[in-house]
Amino acid sequence: MANTSAGSRPKMLVENASKFYATKSGPVHALENVSLEVREGEFLCILGPSGCGKTTLLWSMGGLHDLTSGRIRLGKEIITRPHPEIAMIFQDANLLPWRNLLKNVAFPFELKRRRADMERIEHLLERVNLKGFEHKFPRELSGGMQQRASIVRSLAVDPSVLLMDEPFGALDAFTRDEMNMLIQEIWMETGKTIAFVTHSIAEAIFLADRVVVMSARPGRISAVYDIDIPRPRSVEIQTQPDFIARVLEIKARIDRGRTRAPGLEVA
Amino acid sequence: MDKVLGDEIPEFNRKAAATDEPGLSGLRSLGLGQSRTHLETAIIVLVAAIIIGGAELLLRAFDVPQYIMPKPSQIAWALYTEWPFLWPHLLVTLYELFAGFAIGGAVGFVMAAVITQFPFVEKIVTPYILLLVTTPMLALVPLLILRFGFGSEPRIIAVALASGPMVMINSATGFRRVDLAKIALARSFGANTLQIFTKIRIPMAMPMIIVGLMVGSIFGLLTAIGAEMVGGAEGLGNRLTYYSALIRMPQFFAIILILAVIGISIYVFFYWLGKRWASWEA
Repeated sequence: MANTSAGSRPKMLVENASKFYATKSGPVHALENVSLEVREGEFLCILGPSGCGKTTLLWSMGGLHDLTSGRIRLGKEIITRPHPEIAMIFQDANLLPWRNLLKNVAFPFELKRRRADMERIEHLLERVNLKGFEHKFPRELSGGMQQRASIVRSLAVDPSVLLMDEPFGALDAFTRDEMNMLIQEIWMETGKTIAFVTHSIAEAIFLADRVVVMSARPGRISAVYDIDIPRPRSVEIQTQPDFIARVLEIKARIDRGRTRAPGLEVA
Repeated sequence: MDKVLGDEIPEFNRKAAATDEPGLSGLRSLGLGQSRTHLETAIIVLVAAIIIGGAELLLRAFDVPQYIMPKPSQIAWALYTEWPFLWPHLLVTLYELFAGFAIGGAVGFVMAAVITQFPFVEKIVTPYILLLVTTPMLALVPLLILRFGFGSEPRIIAVALASGPMVMINSATGFRRVDLAKIALARSFGANTLQIFTKIRIPMAMPMIIVGLMVGSIFGLLTAIGAEMVGGAEGLGNRLTYYSALIRMPQFFAIILILAVIGISIYVFFYWLGKRWASWEA
């Protein structure tokens, strides 16, 4: 099983990452000295309030962003631009509305000028229950279906790392539970290394081997929690006292960080 | 590393979703959008028959002179008998329209694609484009005739000048809607700048490009006819002045009928194109 091998070798390394954005009202400090390792085969959740730089961190790990200082490594390679071993999954599915589902899923192959691996695509579509919807356009699909399609799109090119940026943030609670189950299953079946950004504490604990908590302005890591709940986890565990205790603990941690922030700004 | 993405805070989607320009949906309200039932089609044909038949009857009943308003039957007869003399002029007009629109449209499209990549250049150029859009290019025709004579050249130039800015200004609106998330998506799968242009930017802009082509070609038609009325001896515009000078009103109206058919054909063609290439934006 994938999670038994987790905790061994580091797959990705973030080393002293800092990032400033230049905006009209002056520079915005998005990341401050963030260091982080994502272990081989691990499910890592990056948790934090909005504006804490978690998307910035993820985009940098995906090679979409320059860092102001620090660096990001995948194994021995330094990531300065998108890497074929890394696939990203975005907020709101991010399908191209002028392409049908099949053409959306085949899009990465098209960009690489390779023939789409139809066998693999068919298999993945079947796995996420999208068989028969190949010729539908995104607007004809529900939010959950769109996000499942985007997961297939990323898995189709068989990356070893998945970077997921609040992928289920826009979905309703029920669909979100379904998607969390699905992504947990896919992770256990494929053994991919996943870094998953979310602002939902419950989602983070439910999915993760480790939860990295970030605080805002500037974004930095304030705590890391190991989540040793056995797998596979069912949706019901979210109502158990142990689970709720973990949620409250992390929530308290985040709240403390937020009330402390104004005092820090004065200094 | 991507220049566009590097400088932007990744809070996308909302921005792109919020800028809802009047796109093709505007065309839908003009009537071609909805599918009709057989009954509705029948009624539309019936209404046309009533209008045409009614006009015929009224014009006969009140004995309206031909030079004020010819009867529909006279117009139809004129169209039939004059056709051998009219179609060479029709070809001239279509040639001017196509040549001028091809030049203007191509230049307008390329200008829009290039200029929107450089915000500074865009700011400098836009006022002049607006000037071209708002100034009736017909006004330049006498000048162009002085320089290029009474052939097709001055009219082709006028058509290009009238349609190009229209294509450009609409296409530019399309190219300006940048969805950072979609560019990031393509980039994350290793797309190069050219691929991002052809596979993300152009499809995103397509609805507005088609609107621009449609408006541009209609403006081109107006300008072609107008330019032919100013001077020269060929083209449907020239025939309009010719027949009205001779007070041959049935022939005059026959030409107007032809012009209406050209205009509607242009509209239908671009509507069809929009359905094909931009129907995702409903």
